[in-house]
Amino acid sequence: MPKFQFHPCGNFKESYFKELTIFETDFGRLWLLIGLALLFGIIPFVSGPYTLYILNTVGIYAISAIGLNLLIGYTGQISLGHGAFFGVGAYAAAILATKAGFPFWAAVPAGGIMTAVVGIVFGLPSARLKHLYLLIATLAGQFIIEYVLVQWDSLTGGAEGIVVTNTSLFGLDLGNDRTFFYVIFVCFVGLTWMAVNLIRTRYGRAFIAIRDNDKAAEGMGIPIFPYKLLAFAISSFYAGFAGALYAYYTMSITPEPFNLWLSIEFIAMIIIGGLGSIPGAVFGAVFIVGLSEILSHVTEYLMNVGVSTSVAITIAPLREFVYGLSIILFIIFEPKGLAEVWRIIRSSFRLWPFSY
Amino acid sequence: MEDHISLLINNISVVYSDVIQVLKGVSLAIKKGQVVSLLGSNGAGKSTTLKAISGLLKPENGKVTEGFIEYDGVPVQNSSPEEITRKGIIQVLEGRQEFKYLTVEENLRVGTATRWGKPYQKDLELVYHYFPALLARKRSKAGYCSGGELQMLVIGRALMAHPMLLLLDEPSLGLAPILVKEIFQIIRRINHEQGTTLMVVEQNANMALQIANYGYVMENGKIVLESEAEELRENPDVKEFYLGTAASGALKSYKDVKSYKRRKRWL
Amino acid sequence: MEFFLQLLVNGLSLGFLYALSALGFVMIFKSSSVLNLAHGELLAIGAFMFLALSAWANLPIVLAFALTLAGTFALGFVVERLFLRPLIGESLIEVIMLTLGLGIMFKGLLLFIFGGDIHDYPKFLPEGLSLQLGAIQIPSVNVASFIIGIVFVILFGFFFKYSSQGIYMRSVADNQPAALSLGVHVRRVFALSWAIAFIVAAMSGIILGIINGINVHELSAIGLKVFPVVILGGLDSIGGAILGGVIIGLLETFTGGYISTSLREVIPYIVLILILMVRPYGLFGLVEIERV
Repeated sequence: MPKFQFHPCGNFKESYFKELTIFETDFGRLWLLIGLALLFGIIPFVSGPYTLYILNTVGIYAISAIGLNLLIGYTGQISLGHGAFFGVGAYAAAILATKAGFPFWAAVPAGGIMTAVVGIVFGLPSARLKHLYLLIATLAGQFIIEYVLVQWDSLTGGAEGIVVTNTSLFGLDLGNDRTFFYVIFVCFVGLTWMAVNLIRTRYGRAFIAIRDNDKAAEGMGIPIFPYKLLAFAISSFYAGFAGALYAYYTMSITPEPFNLWLSIEFIAMIIIGGLGSIPGAVFGAVFIVGLSEILSHVTEYLMNVGVSTSVAITIAPLREFVYGLSIILFIIFEPKGLAEVWRIIRSSFRLWPFSY
Repeated sequence: MEDHISLLINNISVVYSDVIQVLKGVSLAIKKGQVVSLLGSNGAGKSTTLKAISGLLKPENGKVTEGFIEYDGVPVQNSSPEEITRKGIIQVLEGRQEFKYLTVEENLRVGTATRWGKPYQKDLELVYHYFPALLARKRSKAGYCSGGELQMLVIGRALMAHPMLLLLDEPSLGLAPILVKEIFQIIRRINHEQGTTLMVVEQNANMALQIANYGYVMENGKIVLESEAEELRENPDVKEFYLGTAASGALKSYKDVKSYKRRKRWL
Repeated sequence: MEFFLQLLVNGLSLGFLYALSALGFVMIFKSSSVLNLAHGELLAIGAFMFLALSAWANLPIVLAFALTLAGTFALGFVVERLFLRPLIGESLIEVIMLTLGLGIMFKGLLLFIFGGDIHDYPKFLPEGLSLQLGAIQIPSVNVASFIIGIVFVILFGFFFKYSSQGIYMRSVADNQPAALSLGVHVRRVFALSWAIAFIVAAMSGIILGIINGINVHELSAIGLKVFPVVILGGLDSIGGAILGGVIIGLLETFTGGYISTSLREVIPYIVLILILMVRPYGLFGLVEIERV
């Protein structure tokens, strides 16, 4: 089969197989390789601990955001409970590691799988609920999970949380940011690859069909309820996996970070990044993590510059303000998010000097 | 009847979603106090013509791309429905779009939207005078009214707005012949007593031509025939295609019509 | 028995507050089918505006109250014009997310201006209002808020039932193309419904503030409590919202009183999920009446 060296200026695909390829040109594959080489060969060695910390956070959030985008962007099931699922994954991994002595390589996927089971349970209302009602049901899920995390003292340690021990992978110490960078980004690349490929299978197409019109999808023979549950399961698997990584990365977890605000952050990521786009979820994670880092720097800077501490503290809520504002601006002016901006930039390079 | 032109449509094209052209150069004129009927088969563009006049194309992503529409000498094409209705052009939508959860009287009161804040008691009485059937049901929810009552309701609702030009889209749709007759009688009375100019879009050509002064026939987004209503009634083609009688005047058996086999070319 | 009665009274008054908070929410949903995730912040905006006018600017209470209502009314128009108008006709999730963004933005702004502490209104309610029912004491704030709330519910009931503008608003919710064809100014109706929702929210926010003190976090959390209330009542029914509020209020106080205080916060959501599983449109929500 001939492969295009350059983008053809029309649709010349001759088979479904070609239609489904991820990279249309060898050039795209080359870029992917260059990107991977940069990611694993150069970035970890040139960046300092702070940059590594940010990159690791981005990686963890991006995995979770990809999961949420599979659910909201591709399957059209709105969920406000993703932050809680993230927390379930973190707790599952931490409990397995401390109480059952699971090693890292087993605890993290196991955390993901347990979260998937929880996700299925909270996805059950999707059998009968749509849109607003489903949104509210998942919101209820968020609160119920938070409650369980705090109240189930004997297992979760209550508000005290859990300190994760046993953090080594095949003899490597994971306390090191650089080592952990490799762990996170190997998982990230693998899970992204899975997600991208999932979308072009029959499952992915079924998800999209359900999003666009679930009645019509049912009419075409897609059993929508099992597929919705599957979407919930996959999405919470991603969240749980990311949460498990988070537990190992921070070493100690409390129920507090896994609140509604985290769910909102995840939703903000995929809206700002672009609904229904895998790269979009990654862009969104970069944007949100970057934004909150920049804003906390601004606060710190103001404190150092001599503005009194009390002012700096009152400035902290501006972070939320900017969050909200950027969500609003993106929805009004670029509803397809950063992924669309990226596409426009890329294609204007490709088509230069012509405008289309 | 004075010879003053109320509404003038000159050579308009209407395009939906920037791609689908529905009207291809439609021109017509309505004189003050006249009843004009617009005939044509399904999809000929009758409703689109009405919506182009009343400004309701916009919510359906359509717009007038060429030509102009003038009402009392003022261009109104592509104006918003709020402006057009305040000029006195009211459209009665096809298919009896009542407000289901509002009572009959509340439905009528929505008709006062163009002149909010003015007294409306007299108008209510007027509507109940034309449509006594509505008076009995004024407190019940419109969703539970019968088809005939609903048709009266939506016409009455439009009357509440004091229309100068009333656009009726298929008032006979889905009604029993006796009700159709009644409704058309009332329409004629409204025209005579209130002096309202009327434009009636109809499939029921027979009824429409009986009350109209002037008639237009549309096909495929074009006006293909126009003349005085009497003349139109006598036109052999109209007789055959719309009135279902042979040129001789006798009722024609359906199997001889064959209009579905050979499509008449008008021009 | 006395404990039970006290819980009953507490539950009823709490439920009444929930119902009041839910009213503005239902109003927006009824006229423009927007699920407003920023409702808690709307409550807070009203409460703080009143605080700024009454406690800081030292205006007389009545004037401050009137100014707050006028100010939130205007703010409602502005918010609709700036943020929601561009999205008319866009998909549901985008509008919901926009209200989410609005909520976060307002919350940040309020925290920035007023901080996260609890503030209090100056005392202005007459003491004589408190009721003594047998052994049970109902403080005067609750009585006053009950009276104000009832007055507002009746006022808005009359507005929607009898005033022309109220009828136009209902007609838009009922059948938008028909309303357009009759010259109802649909965009103005949307704007008006937001403005009214802002007013109602401000009023409920003030009452909540009188009873519990004014705090951004707490008020925005009540915005989330609105969901179980309206789901119970059905998203589009004002009467349902009141009943739903009372049920949730009773449920909370009784759970808190007899089972455990920590369960109290989640019980509405657990009940919510159970109810949704059985009745997907809520207890009193109209399953759309379709007539062919």
